[in-house]
Amino acid sequence: MLALMAPGLLFFLFFFYVPMLGNVIAFQDYQPFIGFKESPLVGLANFQELFADPAFWEAVRNTLAFAALQLIFFFPAPLALALLINSLVSPRIKKFVQSVVYLPHFISWVLVVALFQQVLGGAGLFSNYLRDHGMSALDVMTDPSTFSLLITGQVIWKDIGWGMIIYLAALASVDQSLYESAAVDGAGRWRRMWHVTLPAVRGVTIMLLVLRLGDVLSVGFEQFLLQRDAVGARASEVLDTYIYYHGVVYGDWGVGAAAGLVKGVVGALMIYGANKVAHAFGEHGVYSK
Amino acid sequence: MSSFGFPLRTPRTREERPAWEEPPTKIGSAAKAVVITVICAVMILPFLTVLSTSLASREEITEAGGFVLFPTDPTLEAYRTILSGGIVSRAVVVSVLITLVGTALSLLTTIALAYGLSKRGVPGSKPILLMVLFTLLFVPGMVPMYVVVKELGLLDSYWSLILPVMINAFNLVVLRAFFMNIPEELYQAARIDGAGDWRILTRIVLPLSKGVVAVVGLFYAVTYWNAFFNAMLYLNDSGKWPIQLVLRTYVVQGKSISGDQLGVSHMPPQQSISMAVVMIALIPILLLFPFLQKYFTKGVLTGAIKG
Repeated sequence: MLALMAPGLLFFLFFFYVPMLGNVIAFQDYQPFIGFKESPLVGLANFQELFADPAFWEAVRNTLAFAALQLIFFFPAPLALALLINSLVSPRIKKFVQSVVYLPHFISWVLVVALFQQVLGGAGLFSNYLRDHGMSALDVMTDPSTFSLLITGQVIWKDIGWGMIIYLAALASVDQSLYESAAVDGAGRWRRMWHVTLPAVRGVTIMLLVLRLGDVLSVGFEQFLLQRDAVGARASEVLDTYIYYHGVVYGDWGVGAAAGLVKGVVGALMIYGANKVAHAFGEHGVYSK
Repeated sequence: MSSFGFPLRTPRTREERPAWEEPPTKIGSAAKAVVITVICAVMILPFLTVLSTSLASREEITEAGGFVLFPTDPTLEAYRTILSGGIVSRAVVVSVLITLVGTALSLLTTIALAYGLSKRGVPGSKPILLMVLFTLLFVPGMVPMYVVVKELGLLDSYWSLILPVMINAFNLVVLRAFFMNIPEELYQAARIDGAGDWRILTRIVLPLSKGVVAVVGLFYAVTYWNAFFNAMLYLNDSGKWPIQLVLRTYVVQGKSISGDQLGVSHMPPQQSISMAVVMIALIPILLLFPFLQKYFTKGVLTGAIKG
């Protein structure tokens, strides 16, 4: 049995636990040529440098701002769509709409950004249309001031279908006779939604919220990395892109590792805390007690 | 482990409105129809322009000023050009191989470890399970990961696209939960017949878990096909790039592909070449989509619920 399990265990050892210990780089003046066994320890100097770097705080601010936007605009969207689709009568239309909105979940971020460029970019469909009708073109893809709206729109476009499927499964499990008795008791459309439908999706909503809170610091790395050149670092730098550029590209290994460690620890605490809150509400959260 | 806290039933199919429900208002129905049409259009339009432009001729693209919605005279020239050898063809081969080899390795190792962790009485399985679950909570960080991959000598090797992401802990947990539901009597019967672990796994466990294994396999395949950052991080040699990185460089960043890089002398318009590259990256996902839709939701949800 252990022979069967060995390759998997080696994977976790080499690509999780060794890198985890490799975080010692955060406390070193790491020199790639001499490796982390020989690099001198510098205590908390990397963290001091990190916390004194205005670019780091800008990345933190951007990350939290994007996460907040997603929580406000993206988080409720799949539930709204699921309620809308659930209210349709024709199973064929239901199925068609489901397939259409579900597809983008499976395509890569590179493709999503490419597709958005073709429609909203300076040479894209939308700008062409504006030019043809005597208006000036609008390049949404390179405008830093509207970037936060653009990325929220992209997230909704890509993943609304995924969240919707989870809600639809919860809605499908509602006992239909509850609706009937509520209707007989004189509850209208909205009261039935309030008293029957919404309680049925409470558990899954809290679970998705816990997952989202635990992921706040990772908003969507590839999405930002792909569009950083187009709108500039000020508008698009998030924690992960900061770590990539400062740690790997500029070779400031110690500071990059320090930023990664801060992010990892705070992220783990957030998942843990969000689960505690879910349990306090009497829900399962992501893991049970 | 995770639990949605609600039982899964087959989605109701209601062909008709039940008698107790109010008849819909005209305005309400019209508003719904408009909203749904707009949503579908917003979802489909980008795919449509890309497909159309990849098929359009030079005259049409010039006339339309870049993008074509309905090509009158579709041509496959752009596809022939990029697939006749050169940088895009190579990237497709790389991506296909990474996806096939990666998915096979990921499935094998995930299944084997999940099976081991699903059995009672395997020495050390409790701490090992905790070790695995901990990886769902904490992210080791990009910089140490890069350093480890470098120290292992995997930089600029295709293995750097597979090994560091070989097992997804969530998939492992889903498979383990599924294996644990297989009745203990089946194992005991096989043991009495003298079957070893490998035989039990291949003859009893896997045939019973085809659906969930298919889901996990599809998940891995989509992840490998879509991956781009690890290639950007670990591969300096652009000759080894997978399709997503080529797509990023020549479409998202807008660098133009020359005839030399494609190994042709006559070039179709740049715009249809770019859009053909987008389509090439999209087609495998479109081909898998019916299966993804069928298995994915079901498997992921049941896995999560049983866990």
